[in-house]
Amino acid sequence: MNRKLANLLATGMFVTIAMIIVSLLVALFSYIVVQGFQKLNIEFFTSPSSNIRAGGGIRDQLFNSFYILFLTMIMTVPLGVLGGIYMAEYAKPGKLTNFIRSCIEVLSSLPSIVIGMFGLLVFVNTTGWGYTIIGGALALSIFNIPIMVRVSEDAIRSVPRELKEASLSLGVTHWHTIKTILLPGAFPGILTGAILASGRVFGEAAALLFTSGLSTPRLDYMNWNPFSETSPLNIFRPAETLAVHIWSVNTQGLIPDVSEVASGASAVLVISVLLFNLFARWIGNVIHQRLTAVR
Amino acid sequence: MEKTLNLKDHRLVKKRNKKLNGGVRGKWIVSISAFIIIGLTLAITIFLTIKGLQSFIKNGLSPIEFLTSLEWNPTSKDDPSFGALPFIFGSFAVTFLSALIAAPLGIGGAIFMTEIAPKWGRKFLRPAIELLVGIPSVVYGFIGLTLLVPFIREHVGGLGFSLLSGTIVLSIMILPTVTSIATDAMSSLPNSLREGSYALGATRWQTIRKVLIPAAFPSLLTAVVLGMARAFGEALAVQMVIGNVRNFPESIIDPAATLTTIITLNMGHTTYGSLENNSLWSLGLILLMMSFIFILVIRYLSSRRKV
Repeated sequence: MNRKLANLLATGMFVTIAMIIVSLLVALFSYIVVQGFQKLNIEFFTSPSSNIRAGGGIRDQLFNSFYILFLTMIMTVPLGVLGGIYMAEYAKPGKLTNFIRSCIEVLSSLPSIVIGMFGLLVFVNTTGWGYTIIGGALALSIFNIPIMVRVSEDAIRSVPRELKEASLSLGVTHWHTIKTILLPGAFPGILTGAILASGRVFGEAAALLFTSGLSTPRLDYMNWNPFSETSPLNIFRPAETLAVHIWSVNTQGLIPDVSEVASGASAVLVISVLLFNLFARWIGNVIHQRLTAVR
Repeated sequence: MEKTLNLKDHRLVKKRNKKLNGGVRGKWIVSISAFIIIGLTLAITIFLTIKGLQSFIKNGLSPIEFLTSLEWNPTSKDDPSFGALPFIFGSFAVTFLSALIAAPLGIGGAIFMTEIAPKWGRKFLRPAIELLVGIPSVVYGFIGLTLLVPFIREHVGGLGFSLLSGTIVLSIMILPTVTSIATDAMSSLPNSLREGSYALGATRWQTIRKVLIPAAFPSLLTAVVLGMARAFGEALAVQMVIGNVRNFPESIIDPAATLTTIITLNMGHTTYGSLENNSLWSLGLILLMMSFIFILVIRYLSSRRKV
């Protein structure tokens, strides 16, 4: 075959593949958003879900999702940043560092259902708490720590070397350099990474099935006492998140308006992830401009 | 009023002392966080291994029967049987089939983005694909359930809940992962390779096929293996479309089950510590072992990276 012709055919093949991917993406997104958008109204966001009747909303699930996300980030961001500092600044090449790297690799490649099983074993059965918000948040932390460590390490390593050397040569100690030069320099990267990780945590379901459960008790949003049974802030209550809700209405199938609730909830989930992404990009750019005066 | 300056209260003097202490303390805090990571990994491995071996040690289940028997009927009163082979087969089948679909598409897309339309690819395709990586897996499962299952029921045959549905949902799910890692692999190739090949008079297709793909091959394989690892461990999206039956699937449009779907379905309503429950933990142990094997494969591939 003529090699020019072969080249042309191959180019055509790659263009076709790209078109398949693009149309797949567009179809997926438009289906989720168009299908779900019709169902989104104030009532859907403000009414509690129903187990049997039609017309249930996602108020509690939405709150639970954000609450678990918040608790997870509170636990993982400091730990992840410290781990990132260790990997970028203190880890000497050798067996120990390799081992820690392998551990991070193992943690990040564990299937989320396996993390859920570990959560069930430790945070639910061993502690005797049962299905709790804190158990779910701890399980998601395991899922999120390797991501945060990687993000922080990359961000700290990408701070220009000259800055660090200048600081050290002025007689500032290593730890003080980390605190005052490296961390502020790495801040935009860490923030962007943390917001992107939030998007992943927000949509995670398999790790939560057996740790925070499939039900939510009746909540009283005026009750702000975190130790009360009906308080939404109580961390020792079971909580169904949005992603878990999509799964459970589809598999249990008890309510008549399964597809409406599920497509509305899917749209909320996807739009949230989209917003997390756009927000991360935007804030990364803004802070980068502020710090470096690059237009 | 007379005011004497106490040297000890002076900011610089005080701070210098504190700074040194802070350095030691800081190093400790940072090291502790690193050891938490090690501890967590070891704890997960050890706890799940011990729990997963319970059914063999405490309940006397035969590991060989567990891995090779086709009968899974843990609730039977007279003769409960625990043969996990259909689920192991199901897991591997959906993983390999979805990789077969996602690999050519993903690698082709990566080549399009890096070699054929780099500007357009970088500006639009790449952000879109990175966005898709973040779509939660339940959403894929839900779309599979509402669109794909009825479509297959009407146009291909069977119940719709099938290996085929699971495969398609998984391949769409891992496609962004494969594409974005493959794109990284292709764009990290040094430009001198391309220039050298073009200078010899090779066409673009010849350059791609004879120079770039061989050079990036281990990295491209890594992308596919990472996608497979994700497919193997995915639970909910597959569970929603695959049908979850205990039987060995006879064709691709038969319903089936995977390791993850059986765990998802039964973990919640079996008594903790019972034989049936313990057998589920053994299935979980297989998942854990497989994720270690995937890591070893990826390690091996990255050690063979040529460029």
